[in-house]
Amino acid sequence: MSRTNIWLWSAAGVIYAFLYVPLVIVVLYSFNDSKLNAEWVGFTLSWYKTLFQNTEMLTAARNSLIIALSASFSATLLGTMAGLAIHRYKLKVLPILVFTPVAMPEILLGVSLLLFFLQVLNLTLGMVSIIIAHTTFCIGFVAIIVRARLQGMDESIFEAARDLGASPWQTFRLVTLPLIMPAVVAGALMSFTLSIDDFVITFFTKGVGEPILPIHIYTMIKVAVTPEVNAISTLLMLLTLVMIIIAARLESHASSSANATSRETG
Amino acid sequence: MTKEEANAPRAARFLVSGPPLLFLVVFFVAPSLIMILTSFRFPGEFGGLAPITAPAGADHGEYGLTAEAYQFFFSNILYAEIFLKSFGVASATTLICLVMAYPLAVLIARSEKRFRNLMVLLVVLPFASNFLIRIYAWMIILGPESGLSHFINAILGAFGIAPVTLLFSPFAVLIGMVYVHLPFMVLPLYTNLEKHDPSLLDAAQDLGANGWQRFWRVTWPLSLPGVFSGSALVFIPVLGMFAVPDILGGTGDILIGNLIKDQFLGTRDWPFGSALSIMLTLAVLSVAGLTAWFARSATGRRAA
Repeated sequence: MSRTNIWLWSAAGVIYAFLYVPLVIVVLYSFNDSKLNAEWVGFTLSWYKTLFQNTEMLTAARNSLIIALSASFSATLLGTMAGLAIHRYKLKVLPILVFTPVAMPEILLGVSLLLFFLQVLNLTLGMVSIIIAHTTFCIGFVAIIVRARLQGMDESIFEAARDLGASPWQTFRLVTLPLIMPAVVAGALMSFTLSIDDFVITFFTKGVGEPILPIHIYTMIKVAVTPEVNAISTLLMLLTLVMIIIAARLESHASSSANATSRETG
Repeated sequence: MTKEEANAPRAARFLVSGPPLLFLVVFFVAPSLIMILTSFRFPGEFGGLAPITAPAGADHGEYGLTAEAYQFFFSNILYAEIFLKSFGVASATTLICLVMAYPLAVLIARSEKRFRNLMVLLVVLPFASNFLIRIYAWMIILGPESGLSHFINAILGAFGIAPVTLLFSPFAVLIGMVYVHLPFMVLPLYTNLEKHDPSLLDAAQDLGANGWQRFWRVTWPLSLPGVFSGSALVFIPVLGMFAVPDILGGTGDILIGNLIKDQFLGTRDWPFGSALSIMLTLAVLSVAGLTAWFARSATGRRAA
């Protein structure tokens, strides 16, 4: 191994440690039999037990789940349309509108939606306003994934469908949709994760009503840190991990089937 | 071609692009316009906004519009200082992320193909967990009772230096910012470095360049597009961040994001909060524009 390589590997080792040590500590302390996040006292599951007895936390989790499911459904529908439209037609305005919310600081979207909901729509802030807000920023992520998938595909597949007499709708239903399906599902999973994790935009559009998970965690961190936060954090990490594994499976399945298609057609 | 056939693609185009366009015009463009309008209105007596039609005799002007919020911003040096500080924190975060991400990205790009995806996944994975949790993790590590705090203070104590608090300090804010944004720097750098032709480095070596010269004259200039996009992806979100200073910073560590948040959810001065948001938007736009300009001139010079 050359000197450069040794140097690179040690730098990488330090950075990987920097990335993972904090998360490992959170998971470890969720099993620590102490009220303080300091010394290891002994193994316990009591923080998980108190967590599942905490009705406000459970309501917050249920609300976040409802929001994430609704937002990812509408964002997937609109984002897929946007991805298709951007790829297929030479549009100028739509790409800007779709990708800007992804690129700008979240606080700006949260604040402008807060003003809009209160001043223009006269909406009482709550679940509906959060779902709309989450949909707005998730559309871009879905569109990016769907467009990337379309860009990797051979245009002649669609031409062939048209030559064989398929109407635009038939081409879409029988050719395009099955081909982009893995990207659509990956987009839906990404929206779900983004929505259930989002703190900043939820913070501005939540109102005073129902408890929402990230807001609840934020309050717990700010007011009194108990190892219960470690337990809920560990569970959320587990959930995200599962989602990522499913998405990665779909992605690799998608790319292998795309390769197969291009081999067959090419 | 019949008229219906000619109209079909146009109808399809309308059906596909219409709904997302409509949604984003209503829930993204309209709110942005409302924010601009709000920044020119008068604050209400109990927060929110004063009525748009000025009551008779009030000196609110004919349409109840004013540039007072902007005047207030420029009249107090405190706000300029907070903007400057936010730019400082964003620059420092970007620089630290660049220095940390570069060797890692080089290593991943030079690794065997079958390891690359795994190494990239290992960078992205922590970033996928809730960002409050990632900030909270540093609360534990930097807390006064943590092993790290005890260790550092023991060393300082040996030299007779008074103990320090790591948490609730600018140092803690910087660590949190770097931790939350690091993957945004690694990914574009890796995507760029992966495309480099290794034979260029061999050629440089044959021509007698040493390791440092190979990096500085070949790898670095070629990687500039990745450096620019990574820097923009870190710099811009840091500029608007309020949760990291909120959780890891002390009371003195207020950035633009915290200032805006307080105007909407604390003092309820909507016009001033909107004006601050517009200033932040302008800052983000100029950063994005400058980055694009630098990127073009840097890569253009190389091509020429």
